[in-house]
Amino acid sequence: MTGDSRDTVIAALRDPSAALAYGLPLWESLIAQARSAGVLGRLATRLQKTDAFESIPLAPRSHLVSAVAQADAQRSGVKREIEHLRLALAEIDCDVVLLKGSAYLVAGLAAAEGRMFNDIDILVPRSQLNQVEAALMLHGWATGHLDAYDQRYYREWTHELPPMRHVTRGTTVDVHHAILPLTARRRPDSRKLLSAAQVIVGEPRFRMLAPVDMVLHSATHLFHNEELGEGLRDLTDLDSLLREFGTDAGFWSTLVDRGTELDLALPLHYALRYTTRILNTPVPPAVTDAAAHAAGRSSLMPVMDSLFARALRPDHPGSDDRFTPMARKLLYVRAHWLRMPPLLLIRHLATKALRRDSGSGEVAP
Amino acid sequence: MIVADLAPGELARALACPGLRLRTGRIVTAIRSPIPAVAEGIGIHYAEHPLEPVDGFADFHVHVMPPQGLRRLFRRQVLFHFEGAAPFRPLPFEQAFPMLEWGLNWCISANCHQYLILHAAVLERRGRALVLPAPPGSGKSTLCAALALSGWRLLSDELALVDPASLEVHAVARPVSLKNASIDVIRGFSNDAKLGPLVHNTNKGTVAHMKPPAGSVREAQLPAMPAWVVFPRYAAGSDARLAPLAKAQAFMQLIDNAFNYDVHGRRAFETLARVVECSACFEFSYSRLEEALPVFTELADCA
Repeated sequence: MTGDSRDTVIAALRDPSAALAYGLPLWESLIAQARSAGVLGRLATRLQKTDAFESIPLAPRSHLVSAVAQADAQRSGVKREIEHLRLALAEIDCDVVLLKGSAYLVAGLAAAEGRMFNDIDILVPRSQLNQVEAALMLHGWATGHLDAYDQRYYREWTHELPPMRHVTRGTTVDVHHAILPLTARRRPDSRKLLSAAQVIVGEPRFRMLAPVDMVLHSATHLFHNEELGEGLRDLTDLDSLLREFGTDAGFWSTLVDRGTELDLALPLHYALRYTTRILNTPVPPAVTDAAAHAAGRSSLMPVMDSLFARALRPDHPGSDDRFTPMARKLLYVRAHWLRMPPLLLIRHLATKALRRDSGSGEVAP
Repeated sequence: MIVADLAPGELARALACPGLRLRTGRIVTAIRSPIPAVAEGIGIHYAEHPLEPVDGFADFHVHVMPPQGLRRLFRRQVLFHFEGAAPFRPLPFEQAFPMLEWGLNWCISANCHQYLILHAAVLERRGRALVLPAPPGSGKSTLCAALALSGWRLLSDELALVDPASLEVHAVARPVSLKNASIDVIRGFSNDAKLGPLVHNTNKGTVAHMKPPAGSVREAQLPAMPAWVVFPRYAAGSDARLAPLAKAQAFMQLIDNAFNYDVHGRRAFETLARVVECSACFEFSYSRLEEALPVFTELADCA
């Protein structure tokens, strides 16, 4: 063990048993940084499965116990919410695909274990968006107060309805009709995703994306996201999906072609490059090469490497170096750049900047 | 080593960098702050609290500092940082120490789900815990401060940390937060009450903290088993009245006062059921502390 407190989280994600040899100072940085990165639950669940869990010193172990309790609660919360969605959508005839965390959970994938869940994301055909929105409204979900700009932003430019929050439970559903904004440079065809969607065993109402599409969506989400604060968590999703689907030979042989077909070769290339580099994910070298080739040659690659190498670390001061804040800012601008044409981007950032002074965050308890 | 052992100026220096590693019960927080009022508040209220070495384990890293950016030029404010992120809106600069206290409460209630956490004051006598769950405005903190000044050991004025396996309640032994009229009530109640400076115009009105008694701090590592659950209610002009409360009702009210019932789900249900089973449950209304205290002395003695 090197004993470098900057790298504890990534070392433990690669091999949880590495943490078992840590002294208290390394445990301290591991717990704090894993919490900030949103992977404490994932690590805790993995460590809990080792025989040596009880031999972890009490102080860090308490945080692991806490994180497991929280992860378990989130799992049952998502399951409960899916039952509510099932009721709400019972009467409309429309394919509904669960995306990201809720799909991993319902499909019983390892990527759901110990994961932090935010909102539930679903994908529906654009032609049935109004129907789905109406059904959800009838059952208590509503888009909160949005000003005219926000309404227009969502309805005309993005790939989803404004987040719909349930009035009594406070839970949120994001209804998507595409996986990238309508204004984005890349336009993966949602019809292709929907028609390849698969039945989930034992699940009559909801479908999931095909395994290759699930990886492509996860990659697209991560490498087009403005905020990489939870980048490492998303990278662990990819790592877990690739490990699980990778046991099926047919998966690797179709992944790159499907990426090209959906215009997502670049995010796929990044996904394979950084999961293998950062998390040691086992990917056949021929596949990483083919993905790099499909994404096209880029003279910017060393720059992207240096930006992502920083932004995909835990979002915690103990993990940063002096270039990390700048790397995150540049990737923030890059994500917007990919999402919108330049004039729209300038307008959007200006609107957000002018608004920023109204303050953010909660009132202290 | 305790906070009071630090030479003058050393406390502020440690707070500036690398941070003061302060132990409160089982929890160690690495606190940084360049603000004199924070150093002063810690010097007053945490004088007997142990300091932990840098090669130990800190549960949380917090930083109380003025916000960066242009706004600081025309408005002095303070921000609470948790692990480098600021979860709350800034407050006026004068509220730096209360903000640290509220922030430390939040660190526990948002992150310590190894416990079932109740919004309750907890005090102890002979190993038995008195749990006083109540919403703000019920006179819980006033009663808690008075009991802590009258021979009860203070575990917390705000957070009951219940271990779901053993039912033991763990102590944090931190300052008691007093608001508005209760500040003078406690000043008048005992000369032993050591209060910090008044901070005006907070969300909760005027606030002052009371230093936890030295004995409570020394014994902060000792948990206690719940024995009494009492729901206090301040009612102006009323006589002190302790009335038995049906266990089912006490149970429902405990749920209402749990911070993380949703995290524990069934485990929370079962834990609270065991808490009311092994505790005598009451409602208590009062308006005068001198009448209230004998009621609790009697409760402790007759058990």
